[in-house]
Amino acid sequence: MALSKIATNDKHGENSPYFDGWKAYDSNPFHPTKNTQGVIQMGLAENQLCFDLIEEWIRNNPKASICTAEGVNWFKYIANFQDYHGLPEFRNAVANFMSKVRGGRVRFDPDRILMSGGATGANELIMFCLADAGDAFLVPSPYYPAFVRDLCWRTRVQLIPVECHSVNNFMITREALEEAYKKAKDDNINVKGLIITNPSNPLGTTMDRETLRSIVGFINEKNIHLVCDEIYAATVFSAPCFVSVSEVMHEIEHCKSDLIHIIYSLSKDLGLPGFRVGIVYSYNDGVVNSGRKMSSFGLVSSQTQHFLAAMLSDENFVERFLAESSRRLAARHSQFTKGLEKVNVTCLPSNAGLFCWMNLRNLLKEKTFEGEMMLWRLIINEVKLNVSPGSAFGCSEPGWYRVCFANMDDETVDVALKRIRAFVGKETAKPVELKRWKSNLRLSFSSRRFDENVMSPHSPMPHSPLTTLLIFSHSFPTYSNQKSPPKLEICETQTHGVSPVIGLKGCPLYPSIPAFTYDETHFPRTSEMKNKEQLTELRDNLKTSTLLSRRSTTVHVTYKDTESGRIKSRTSMGGHYNSVHQEPEFGPFKEIRIDDDNSWTNLYNMGTLKLQSFIYRYESMGP
Amino acid sequence: MGIEIEQPCVELSNVAVSETHGENSPYFAGWKAYDENPYDEFTNPSGVIQMGLAENQVSFDLIEKYLEEHPEEASTWGNGASGFRENALFQDYHGLKTFRTAMASFMEQVRGGRAKFDPQRIVLTAGATAANELLTFILANPGDALLVPTPYYPGFDRDLRWRTGVNIVPINCDSSNNFQITPEALEASYKDAEAMNFKVRGVLITNPSNPLGITIPREVLEEILDFVTRKNIHLVSDEIYSGSVFSSSEFTSVAEILEARENRNAERVHIVYSLSKDLGLPGFRVGTIYSYNDKVVTTARRMSSFTLISSQTQHLLASMLSDERFTESYMETNRERLRKRYQMIIEGLRSAGIECLNGNAGLFCWMNMSPLLEKPTREGELELWNTILLQVKLNISPGSSCHCSEPGWFRVCFANMSEHTLEIALQRIRDFMARIRTETETESA
Repeated sequence: MALSKIATNDKHGENSPYFDGWKAYDSNPFHPTKNTQGVIQMGLAENQLCFDLIEEWIRNNPKASICTAEGVNWFKYIANFQDYHGLPEFRNAVANFMSKVRGGRVRFDPDRILMSGGATGANELIMFCLADAGDAFLVPSPYYPAFVRDLCWRTRVQLIPVECHSVNNFMITREALEEAYKKAKDDNINVKGLIITNPSNPLGTTMDRETLRSIVGFINEKNIHLVCDEIYAATVFSAPCFVSVSEVMHEIEHCKSDLIHIIYSLSKDLGLPGFRVGIVYSYNDGVVNSGRKMSSFGLVSSQTQHFLAAMLSDENFVERFLAESSRRLAARHSQFTKGLEKVNVTCLPSNAGLFCWMNLRNLLKEKTFEGEMMLWRLIINEVKLNVSPGSAFGCSEPGWYRVCFANMDDETVDVALKRIRAFVGKETAKPVELKRWKSNLRLSFSSRRFDENVMSPHSPMPHSPLTTLLIFSHSFPTYSNQKSPPKLEICETQTHGVSPVIGLKGCPLYPSIPAFTYDETHFPRTSEMKNKEQLTELRDNLKTSTLLSRRSTTVHVTYKDTESGRIKSRTSMGGHYNSVHQEPEFGPFKEIRIDDDNSWTNLYNMGTLKLQSFIYRYESMGP
Repeated sequence: MGIEIEQPCVELSNVAVSETHGENSPYFAGWKAYDENPYDEFTNPSGVIQMGLAENQVSFDLIEKYLEEHPEEASTWGNGASGFRENALFQDYHGLKTFRTAMASFMEQVRGGRAKFDPQRIVLTAGATAANELLTFILANPGDALLVPTPYYPGFDRDLRWRTGVNIVPINCDSSNNFQITPEALEASYKDAEAMNFKVRGVLITNPSNPLGITIPREVLEEILDFVTRKNIHLVSDEIYSGSVFSSSEFTSVAEILEARENRNAERVHIVYSLSKDLGLPGFRVGTIYSYNDKVVTTARRMSSFTLISSQTQHLLASMLSDERFTESYMETNRERLRKRYQMIIEGLRSAGIECLNGNAGLFCWMNMSPLLEKPTREGELELWNTILLQVKLNISPGSSCHCSEPGWFRVCFANMSEHTLEIALQRIRDFMARIRTETETESA
């Protein structure tokens, strides 16, 4: 009467040191009055900073609950609802929310949203869809420890780490990817894909556009899948803003969109882990199809779907929540890191997440993982903080620890900081040297010189960071005033879908698209479009144009590059090449003249997107 | 005018491209026919009536009344919002203690207090679908087999096989003994599995049976338990319809037999339960595994991370199920209403000249139309099914979709509609049967 191999193996990961810390906390939890000497839980990536906003919303919207007098009429319909597609209003609301979190720069098709039991279920589901037992996925280290359970346990898929190092702030390089890929190939392992976490857990950093482009190039070249776990997307609290793969993929020539899959969840961004909302968003029809059937194994309670559909459809609430959450995370992050700096403890510079990646290398008795574990036990037993050692994340260098800061109140953070300062002071006779960090956040264009010689006219994919930069510059000619803007001749445009967007006159069946390309500096986020000056500036910039508005999600454009004479096609936003709605619906365009401030305001109030997404990103590979 | 789009071929997994999920079977034609032309008393009186959906809608008014009468329930979460933070953050895979405790006592209540359940052994999953898959992952390796009596719930093909790679070997039951499971059939199935080189890991029974609508008699359960003990394999007892037995005394849970045996050999037994049928809450995705095996409990709990129940839903149900006065009166009324519905459909069919298996549970009856088949084959059955779907405009489920070994049987659901709709469905069947009789008489004349 034996059990299965899955039941008897250790891949669930609960025997890892990561969980030891939790046990230490469980047996002696800190309480501000009842147990002031207890262990403070800093191993839990929970977002507890904005519950008051949600609670307020609930008080104002009793109808959203099916167990209030106001909402009970919905009970029967909701309790019976078991369609694995999910409530349409829920999927729509999630798609819009995902778009909002990405600054409205991309749109998501509700028909591609698959439900799953939390990101845990979503990650497993995508593995079941993409890989067979024995196949491998590459994963940059350090990575979320439970990936072994989520991605490997029941699927029998294996993970191959792509080693990242502190020397370049743990950025993923093309070389590291190639090396991991080659090693797997040499070992005769079938690599089915790469999974990245952006923003990163445990690093708390976001990936810059160049790195993402390089990654998308890499997986296209190898013809393997790319799973982007973006569950911390809305926790970005300072510049640079979050860049999602859903934006980058549309900027890459010949990107095979059906290789790309996004994992999302409401556990971190909204702080609702109990509700078990996991999302798989795939650009691959086959995955959408079979993944949808698999969601039967982990559907979200219809009660919860109903409630969230109402809350996330309240755009005012969502906007306010996102702005406030980001503000509070920034404040908490600053409180915490500044407190650490007082004793010269540094963290990796970060702009996202619910944690810091703390560097305690200088406190290690020996610079090994044993040394790291020794220090960790000291921190748990003496400092009474449950932090997570880097080795639990598969980090390649000893001495790093992930410290969560959003699952407690300000007072507890101060207690934790006090304890750390006392401990470090005791441990170090002389102050630790404060290391200066290179910025890993974004390539600084002013410090880089545009060098035409690195450009390879025949290579379709960027191979080095420099080439990446070059292409990037090309997409944004305003940055490198060395070339005149590209000349485009629009052949055809198709738009279809349901969400409102704006188009520039001149693109579709209209002549003379203005030959300029705008970027984020010209088109600030919707939420930032507040004052009249900005509106005026925008209007002046575009005074020669007429804007067109219609309800649409996807715009396919075919254009002729007049320099090379090549015909190219582009999907300009939110869309995908293998659209399930192949038939475009042409409806009347509504002309909106931008003569006055009101029309601008109206456009933005309609939930329109930044025009930047609408100008067809032009990538000239030729000389 | 279209854009030429390159469509590169990207490989998905074998699981993703396999057809084991069973959704491409011809039976979905019935669902499609309903979806395209659904019956509505006023707007579409000639549409297809859905009788293929085992949903329980007969007792919603009781739950709605409960919610209206218990505004404090709403205020703890909805209006007051004070408990919201704690609830939204709750992600312990053990589940809310209050909910597990309430589940355990509800399961006891459903079994008339004849069995005890330990809340510590309750593992929560998002629906019985996930519970069955999860247990299969724990009990069997890819390529192994589970023995399942036929006819069985078509979804088992997906739940037990698709992602686990496990095989189902049928235990063939037939009408000669009212589809009861016999020791001989168990042995024969075991031998079949061995002949196919499958390692048999266990037997999975559904008690009360879906699609038969009958409970398994105590002596048959004893035989099954003896069989799995002799073979040293597992027994999974899917009891998701246990609260839908018309008379509580007519149901024996495997838990009762284990208690009578003082839990000897209990560690091979695992019970699956859900609130989708008995409380009619399929949208809430509440499934449970109750195992007598410590190792299975621990592993299942860990695995439940993939498929936990929303804490919001746990919270609501914890207080509702803890109210024993409510659950008791709900169960009693629900059983009575189901029995009444069952009588209504059985008598209606009888008046049309159709007999059903003598049922005592469930949200459906097992209708025998074999005398009407042109040919006594699966094809003959599907032909008749098609006629009923397209002409009579009823979506029922053919026995072959449940792997029934005899053609001509159909599962007809009766609890997912109003009494009035059921009357219309019965009238359509009576008209259909009358037409057939006239045609036969004309032909013979």
